[in-house]
Amino acid sequence: MFEIGGKLLKSRLFVGTGKLPDYSLIEKMYYEAGVEVFAVAVRRIGPNTKHTKNVLEYIPNDAIIMVNTSGAQDHKEAVKIAMIGRELTNSNWVKVEIEKDTKYLFPDSIETLKACEILVKEGFKVFPYIYPDLNLAKELEQIGVEAVMPLGSPIGTNKGIGCEVLLKPIINEIKIPVIIDAGIGRPSHAAKAMEMGADAVLINTAIATSSDPLKMAVAFAKAVEAGRVAFEVGILKEYEYAQASSPLEDFISG
Amino acid sequence: MASFLEEAEELFKEYKEYIPTHKEVCDILDKEFLSKEDLIKLLNVSNKEDILLMVKKAQKLTRENFGKVILLYAPLYIANYCQNGCVYCGFSCKKEYRREKLSFERIENELRKMKEEGIDSVIILTGEDRINSSVEYIEKACEIAVNIMSEVSIEVYPLYEEEYRRLSNVGVIGITLYQETYQKEDYEKLHPFGPKKDFEFRLNAPERALKSGFHEACIGPLLGLSHPKKDVLCAILHAEYLLEKFPKTEISISFPRFRSAGTDFMPLYTVSDKEFIKFLIIARLYLPRIGIVLSTRENSSLRDALIDVCVTKISAGSKTTVGGYAEEKDEDSEAQFEVEDRRSVSEIVDVIIKKGLRPEFTNWVKGVKNI
Repeated sequence: MFEIGGKLLKSRLFVGTGKLPDYSLIEKMYYEAGVEVFAVAVRRIGPNTKHTKNVLEYIPNDAIIMVNTSGAQDHKEAVKIAMIGRELTNSNWVKVEIEKDTKYLFPDSIETLKACEILVKEGFKVFPYIYPDLNLAKELEQIGVEAVMPLGSPIGTNKGIGCEVLLKPIINEIKIPVIIDAGIGRPSHAAKAMEMGADAVLINTAIATSSDPLKMAVAFAKAVEAGRVAFEVGILKEYEYAQASSPLEDFISG
Repeated sequence: MASFLEEAEELFKEYKEYIPTHKEVCDILDKEFLSKEDLIKLLNVSNKEDILLMVKKAQKLTRENFGKVILLYAPLYIANYCQNGCVYCGFSCKKEYRREKLSFERIENELRKMKEEGIDSVIILTGEDRINSSVEYIEKACEIAVNIMSEVSIEVYPLYEEEYRRLSNVGVIGITLYQETYQKEDYEKLHPFGPKKDFEFRLNAPERALKSGFHEACIGPLLGLSHPKKDVLCAILHAEYLLEKFPKTEISISFPRFRSAGTDFMPLYTVSDKEFIKFLIIARLYLPRIGIVLSTRENSSLRDALIDVCVTKISAGSKTTVGGYAEEKDEDSEAQFEVEDRRSVSEIVDVIIKKGLRPEFTNWVKGVKNI
């Protein structure tokens, strides 16, 4: 169990719902992969229509909804979207996602910081999606966000932990949880994030666009758990050369 | 002339005869981002095997960037008064035609009827007539739409920046505006009189809208009016230009093919299915995050195949007559163009689900702009 945003959770695998082929997978992932936190973009919470049910109706009562501000161009829009999201879902967990561009979907650090300041004051549990930027993470920690969510690689690229050297200092220095968000393409990437000491990962594309999202979610859940256990036990140091004796050892020591 | 049009002209001239080899196509497809030279080279490909390879990569890029989701929308024609003389158009002012403009009450009825069908994203359309379809009229219509639908866009005549700002302030988030053709000489011949004659004012309109607070712009040529490959190249570079200038906005592209519209106009060029598909997948390969929109002009089997590959947004249950949703209308004689895919919203939703995709009815948060 670990504590985050005032909740005790078993699973360190958070799942985004935006790219799923079918929302009925949400409940299956909750029961079969043990996923407890689902990120939902407010712009995708439509009304029930003749053809589709509202995404919220698919989320089990005990699961946690993390509303997402994607689509917001600045902090003002993000704050409005978060407010609307809280009203629609009754959840005060908000992922602040304000992108600077629609090509790489990199976060806009300045607007994100401004939105977080307001949302913390408004009583939200705030989870900002950010660059792996230690200074920004520290500032966010100071204003009182629940966790920081630095990207592993650009959204949707499946490239894994491309920013390892920048993520490590954040994990080392920040006391609030660090959730690696974006870019994780394979279970082994998720395991690696956990081995590095991340507190959780958030996956969307790699699960949703696989040919069997539920099985893939199960695979990720296992990898996340394995990585976490290994981190807790303590990962052995890597060596460039084997430490076995060298054929020259006798001559050198002699 | 806009710099991207000059660039397109140069590329087109330089690579006019250039057909890339199979190896070259493979090398281009291996790249993460294509250069402008790669773009024109791919547009020159006609070998079936190479096109199929391009389809494969386009499909992968679409799923990575957009997930297993297809957005649905529907157009609402609120008026067909027009002062333009577009030689190819069913709404052209030279045509003897029953002109109509919906009252606000009828607009609301239409929207409610669309909403009942499940539509939550609407594009409001008018002809170009600043008196009969004034900005005030459009603004009021949009206000009504914003109260009913989650996502409201416009496809009306080009406006001035302050006029776009008015619409943005009532909650309109998107603009669709087709340049018809990017070839200025042909454009002027096709639009012999009326306000639409001004090529630049139309070309720069999406930019004015995005500057005024719009979040989305959909652009493109009407294929067949001029050289199709050239128009596609210009449209893709136009989209790239907008993306670079307004990096936070969402840009979409659409390549409607000319369809008969009750005039005797015969287009100089026809675009085969093969060429049409190639154009769409190249737009995806060059701009992986661009929205690709497909209207009901195309037939159902082609639409169904394309949503698997590169298309992100399609219209459904469209009526192209003024007042066609709530009232019985003759879609054959009063429409702006012929609708090929006449399936209902339910039928299209079924097809999307059967393909393992998720139909999505909105991409915007109702009420963010106007509170």
